[in-house]
Amino acid sequence: MNENNRGWNMSYNPHTAEDRQKMLETLGLSSVKELFADIPEAYRYPEVNIPEGLSEMEVKNRLSSLAGANQNSEEGLWFLGGGIYRHYIPSVVDAVLSRGEFFTAYTPYQPEVSQGTLQALFEFQTMVAELYGMDVVNASHYDGAASMAEAALMALRCKPGRQTIYLDDNIHPEYKEVMRTYLSGTKAHLKEGLPGEDGACFITAYPGFTGEIKDLKALSGLAHDAGALFIVHADPLACSLLESPGACGADIVTGEGQPLGIPMSYGGPTLGLFATTKKLIRKMPGRVVGQTMDASGRAGCVLTFSAREQHIRREKATSNICSNQGLLALAAAVYMAAMGKQGIKETARLIYDKGAYAASVLDKVPGFQVKTSGPFFREFVLSCPRPARDIAHELELKGIFPGLALDRFEGFPESDLLVCVTEMNSKNDIDSLAAALGEVSK
Amino acid sequence: MQSKVSSLWELSSPGRRVVQTPSSDVPKAELPAQLARKEDADLPEVSELDLIRHYTRLSTLNYSIDTRFYPLGSCTMKYNPRINEQTARMAGFAASHPYTPVQMVQGNLELMYSLQQGLGELSGFDSVSLQPAAGAQGELTGVLMIKKYHQSRGDTGRTHFLIPDSAHGTNPASVAMAGFTALEVSSDKRGNIDLDHLKSLCDSSIAGIMITNPNTLGLFEENILEVLQTVHDCGGLVYGDGANLNAIMGIVKPGELGFDVMHFNLHKTFSTPHGGGGPGAGPVGAGGALRDFLPGPIATLSSNGQYELVQPKKSIGRLKTFYGNFGVLVRAYTYLLSQGGSGLRESSENAVLSANYLMGLVKDILPPWYDRACMHEFVSSGENLPDGIHTMDLAKRLIDYGFHPPTVYFPLIVPEALMVEPTETESVETLDAFAAVLREIVKESKVNPELLHDAPHQELVSRLDEVMAVRKPILKNPKSS
Repeated sequence: MNENNRGWNMSYNPHTAEDRQKMLETLGLSSVKELFADIPEAYRYPEVNIPEGLSEMEVKNRLSSLAGANQNSEEGLWFLGGGIYRHYIPSVVDAVLSRGEFFTAYTPYQPEVSQGTLQALFEFQTMVAELYGMDVVNASHYDGAASMAEAALMALRCKPGRQTIYLDDNIHPEYKEVMRTYLSGTKAHLKEGLPGEDGACFITAYPGFTGEIKDLKALSGLAHDAGALFIVHADPLACSLLESPGACGADIVTGEGQPLGIPMSYGGPTLGLFATTKKLIRKMPGRVVGQTMDASGRAGCVLTFSAREQHIRREKATSNICSNQGLLALAAAVYMAAMGKQGIKETARLIYDKGAYAASVLDKVPGFQVKTSGPFFREFVLSCPRPARDIAHELELKGIFPGLALDRFEGFPESDLLVCVTEMNSKNDIDSLAAALGEVSK
Repeated sequence: MQSKVSSLWELSSPGRRVVQTPSSDVPKAELPAQLARKEDADLPEVSELDLIRHYTRLSTLNYSIDTRFYPLGSCTMKYNPRINEQTARMAGFAASHPYTPVQMVQGNLELMYSLQQGLGELSGFDSVSLQPAAGAQGELTGVLMIKKYHQSRGDTGRTHFLIPDSAHGTNPASVAMAGFTALEVSSDKRGNIDLDHLKSLCDSSIAGIMITNPNTLGLFEENILEVLQTVHDCGGLVYGDGANLNAIMGIVKPGELGFDVMHFNLHKTFSTPHGGGGPGAGPVGAGGALRDFLPGPIATLSSNGQYELVQPKKSIGRLKTFYGNFGVLVRAYTYLLSQGGSGLRESSENAVLSANYLMGLVKDILPPWYDRACMHEFVSSGENLPDGIHTMDLAKRLIDYGFHPPTVYFPLIVPEALMVEPTETESVETLDAFAAVLREIVKESKVNPELLHDAPHQELVSRLDEVMAVRKPILKNPKSS
């Protein structure tokens, strides 16, 4: 044992040399190594080429220097979106999340000692159900893409014999990749376009990957006429302003909850949302919190419908999902409660108005043209006179992040730039972007 | 007893709010009437103080590592160092956007690369992908990699996957999601995989086996090399469920033993808090032929000293948008740096020492199901408790004494199972106190059994009616319209 306390961070490991001695004596052992006798000897205690532990100060310096080597969105003019968005996070969100009783708790399998987590998740389910206009919401999935992939698998369970997942053309390219991976274990396949008779479901996004708001009611009709489930991947923030997917006939609603008070964190962890109707409740994957009573008639919450899960059904479970994004569901709950009925709608309205303003201004910059024709939320496509990648690169060197060059994904022309505008962008920011684009187009 | 916490809607009053929306500096845009929402979502309307009090009250109803001993077997509820939270919140990480050009986020990529290297070195795998968001997603990843490996060789008749009967439930579920049929392998009298049974199952229909080692009985597979050999001999590959890596860091490398692919539960082994259900992260390591099938993108170091994101050649694709649960990776890397190689080894030694010590203290009242040295957890049975008293009763009574119950009724092959994992971060005093309380409760079970039956007695609610929760589901707050 290293007695100088360098190779072993004493602060996380309370056992002193005396403690270890006492424990070993109780066990009648002379060395802790004797406890590892079941490991084949030739492989025991290998060389591990990882440097010695550092002091907290040294660790913090190292991490600060790594963090400092990144451009972050708190600096510069920021119009970069494409699935992860810069939104204002109210101070109360991190204040609640930072309580150790929340972030160091386990999955609430023992309800009597987890009512805090359980009630918070129950209220989260309620608020998301309100925004989506749906009957049931579960306690979260890994991210929006995992939710969408699980929704496709659920559709296959609901529509036995149908093996095609139809996708609208407006789904995020990375979501399609995740879906393809999830489906690679099944006989089902993805197809883009409107649903045919072999369709288990039709999935659309609301708003679409490039921001457009499609007519959900019309799409719902098309999906249901083909006998397929109608799945909407909906932005929860947008749903405070726009008609809810539930009101438009969605059977399943999935979503990415990152806009609800969750930092961008280089793309993760975020929050997969998942909602469905009363009718399909027992086919739904993932955990769900329900309210019930104890013997004295006091109300309390429990994880319910666990019969669908792996700890009972094992290989017949509806999904293998085990850990979820509980803490981020809590963040979203705090965000929704902090915004409240009016605040969330006003924020969505600000985003809508600022986006429209940005489109009108950028469309006037010589050489640039807004391609998105109908109404959109938060994002729109701007066609550039030169490759969008080059224009973005030139501006990024000046600290202006004008958007996402779409040619990183297959099927998009190199002229297309996806511009993202949120409540965080002032009119001045937008005007400055227009001026900067005007400069580089010359 | 604490009073019931009101729901957010009971606290709500029209017009109250926490966040004031900034006034608009742009003209109002036209929103077509058919798109506009007809009825507002009924979110609560509360003041900031009400909101903070609501969640603070709720938080006091939770057991957590910060408040209690949490000896939850197979979950590795160790202390979560606070520096991890500080580093993950640094603006350079938290406010970093995934589509920032890679040249401008070299810090993120260097962190990912260094973590990949560290995990690879610890486990004996050449390559690590940080993509999977959780252990179970890591399992699906590994099984899909094995599937694609066999397919790439034109070996398409491998339809079955072996799973020991002691396995976590996610293992068979992951295998089924990947389109395989799960075949159960029995355990032998010492809690190992039964070699004879394994041999009788191994043929050309076997795609692989999933092994948790140390297994969920808290035991290191004594015949691990023969198990690996047997499966490899029939052409199958071996998936390691890394859920129990906390017992063997720096003590044995699964990759060196011959495992082909394995996931890490960063939220267990690398001290990321469990967050009441997540987020976690489930990176996957692979060696040899399988490395090219890893999901990507993976951080790599190019010859010019720049870090890049690269998709492996025969990758199964993406499991997750962007680059995995990066915020969790920051916490894990912080922990890796804090502990260092020998610190990780000491942690595992202490975890194993603590578990054996605690097992020894309660051996006479709660006999371990297998009388062998355990790894970082042990499984006892409550079979010897008096008639009518179940392990669950004992677990619930622990709550009255301020302890979180251990895992009960898992693994499924042990009757009245009680699975205890103290972790390396609990002091001898805590272990002694826990053992003393177990002793007291076992005594109570003989003289005053109803104390156990009705437990817990001190909490806001007592045992809840789970059957009613399923029969008459209430999944939304009834206060909301």
